[in-house]
Amino acid sequence: MILVEIISWIFIIAGALLGVAGGIGIHRFPDFYSRLHAVGITDTLCASLFLIGLVMQTGMSIASIKLCLIFILMFFSSPTSSHALADAAFLGGLKPQLDKDDD
Amino acid sequence: MIFTVAALAILVTILLGLARALLGPTIYDRILAVNMVGTKTSLLIAVVAVVSERTDMIDIALMYALINFIGVVAVLKFISQGNFYTAGKDEHSK
Repeated sequence: MILVEIISWIFIIAGALLGVAGGIGIHRFPDFYSRLHAVGITDTLCASLFLIGLVMQTGMSIASIKLCLIFILMFFSSPTSSHALADAAFLGGLKPQLDKDDD
Repeated sequence: MIFTVAALAILVTILLGLARALLGPTIYDRILAVNMVGTKTSLLIAVVAVVSERTDMIDIALMYALINFIGVVAVLKFISQGNFYTAGKDEHSK
């Protein structure tokens, strides 16, 4: 049983690190689209890593089935909302910053 | 112990997201930050639910993720159209 414990710890730590990386990325990138790139990816992966780690912790029970439902929902809804956001931003006239303008 | 570390990491991410929501120059940055805070909050609820052995809270996390997704899409529609009741630019509504 200890092995499952350790594996779930690894998943949860990886998810936590990815989440913080997304948080840092949202501040360091210069332009909206690069920020969306940073947050969109880490958002989805961090959620899935966390939920897999939690499913391992709860073992075979109703709770793990619910956690798998959240995982499936996050797997589809997070990229979709990122796409909708990028689409609305581009149609709304937000031009991406293509090169450093202080050359 | 591991869950406190995970919860603290999520809280740091939420604080960073809130900072971006306040600072964000364009409105899309703010929606992005709110979207990120929403998904992280639902993760936080799931972690707290597993830690406190109260598995009924996981439904709350699921609902939060759903509402967050719908809220982001609704706000985007509102911004791109200016109102909620017309079907959209392409359908010529009276």
